[in-house]
Amino acid sequence: MARAASDSLTDSGTWTGRLRVGRIQQQIGTWTLWLLIASFIAWAAVTQTPQFVVGLIVGSIYALSAVGLTLIYGVARVSHFAHGDSMMMAAYLAFFAVTGAVVGSRSGDVEFPLHVSALPGAMEPIWRFSFGYGLIIAIVIGAALAVPILLAIDRVVYQPLHRRGAGTAILAVASLGVARIMRRIMLFIWGADNRRYTAGIRQTVDLPGLPPIVADQFFIVLAAFLLTVVTFFQLYYTRLGTAMRATADNPALARASGIDVAATRRWTWIIGGALTAVAGCLLALQSQLSPELGFVLLLPIFAAAILGGIGSPHGAFIGGLIVGVVGEVAVGVGVISPGYKLAVVFVVLVAVILLRPQGLFGVRE
Amino acid sequence: MMAEAVPALVAEGITSGYGEVPVVQDVSIHVGQDEIVTIIGPNGAGKSTVLKALFGFLPLWQGHVSLAGDDVTGLAPELLVCRGIAFVPQTENIFPRLTIRENLTMGGITRTDGVEERISWVFELFPVLAERPRERAGRLSGGQRQTLAIARALMLEPRVLLLDEPSASLSPKMVETVLANVVEINRRGTAVLMVEQRARQALAISDRGYVLANGRNRLEGPASELLASDEVRRLYLGE
Repeated sequence: MARAASDSLTDSGTWTGRLRVGRIQQQIGTWTLWLLIASFIAWAAVTQTPQFVVGLIVGSIYALSAVGLTLIYGVARVSHFAHGDSMMMAAYLAFFAVTGAVVGSRSGDVEFPLHVSALPGAMEPIWRFSFGYGLIIAIVIGAALAVPILLAIDRVVYQPLHRRGAGTAILAVASLGVARIMRRIMLFIWGADNRRYTAGIRQTVDLPGLPPIVADQFFIVLAAFLLTVVTFFQLYYTRLGTAMRATADNPALARASGIDVAATRRWTWIIGGALTAVAGCLLALQSQLSPELGFVLLLPIFAAAILGGIGSPHGAFIGGLIVGVVGEVAVGVGVISPGYKLAVVFVVLVAVILLRPQGLFGVRE
Repeated sequence: MMAEAVPALVAEGITSGYGEVPVVQDVSIHVGQDEIVTIIGPNGAGKSTVLKALFGFLPLWQGHVSLAGDDVTGLAPELLVCRGIAFVPQTENIFPRLTIRENLTMGGITRTDGVEERISWVFELFPVLAERPRERAGRLSGGQRQTLAIARALMLEPRVLLLDEPSASLSPKMVETVLANVVEINRRGTAVLMVEQRARQALAISDRGYVLANGRNRLEGPASELLASDEVRRLYLGE
């Protein structure tokens, strides 16, 4: 009897001991991870400066979009595989607002007479940018048109599936279907050719110690950071933002507290959708418009959200920057060709989640 | 002769369950305005199901629910909470990624004014929460979480507080603290309907009790009588 008691004590001691060791290992893993990230960033910033800067620029677009994705995942509980195509859709809507051009089933563009570039001086380049105030108006119009479309998709596709008790996998597949439909519509309306917002010359700006940076890229980074700051302020310092985080945390308790979960969900689509839309327009400004680009973007944006800890807005932002920098620096070092950029990003992602399964800022379930 | 006070909560003949399977059938519960009422019963008796059905988390297949005389049958949780009923689930009863203060703000989100005053009131009632209002709720100990969960539910000054096993997975000392809090909350004017596994301790602070078995009312009466009842002692108090 006494032996049995002592055995059980030993067992219990071993068990709590293991738990403690497990926690310590986890802490070491987390610290090692942060140390590796900090070392990589320092090394990349010093020795691979041009790629590092480009990585930050591309990463800021990923970051903005990943914040939208993670909000939609957290609150609306949709793994939104149509996210990349939503970005491109908004970018095309902005393109339509600028030029009024569609192709339809005809050869060559048809231009609607009402478009922003018809406004006086709308396309006169500001500072050294390749665009005028018209593009900024068009981006706002693009976002204003994309948000109701996303709200409608949520209402027609995702909400009914939720009500019928569909799980994550079914919603993810449904969003893949939405993505495909969006892409086909974009192809039908604007054709398969790549397009640009403006044909203006892309001037560069020289900064001491840095490679020449295209002026437009200042606008991209500034807009992405500014919108992220505004979103974070909204999330952490307003009642709606707190309600959004509460709903993401515990939807049943949110209802029990009297939070209007349906309205919170709508606002999440509005805010997340607007971020997605602007990110799409910025990406189109950075590279170009192409109906196929949305799907290509989906993977790095998901990687960013998962790396940062899915559901964590600041994690998604940092994740976006890391994904951008890792991809560019990997190519810059010359070890791989640009086609393998995404593969390196995913190797890093897998390494991170092996060390910290919940992602950098995620909370363990 | 004085008119009898309208009960805080009346549930008449409620039937509810999951999917198509009824878990509770024809259950009736009354909670007076200043009462603490406890539902006890063996595992699987449907105690928690009663609370979830009363609070609109489960559909009411039959029966009526009224709050202070108003019929609230079939209302959704987010509407019921505005009518003066609050619910503290057994688990997942806080917002772990929000701070203590944010949890309380969310508890009072439908208030049009007096949120800060109510938070002060809650902090005065539970000083442990006032110590670190910016602490993330997920970092709190089990007892502190339970305290925060109850505090969140009190933000809307409910007439009736529904507590689903407030002492579950707490140390004996914390159980005493939580039950003492329940008494204090009741003393300040909130009726309490709670479900408890620790039947003896819960009945000791209650005015009345209900015994549920197989999803139906089995016994009811003043808590002291239930504690003294041979059947209750033998079947549900393990004596």
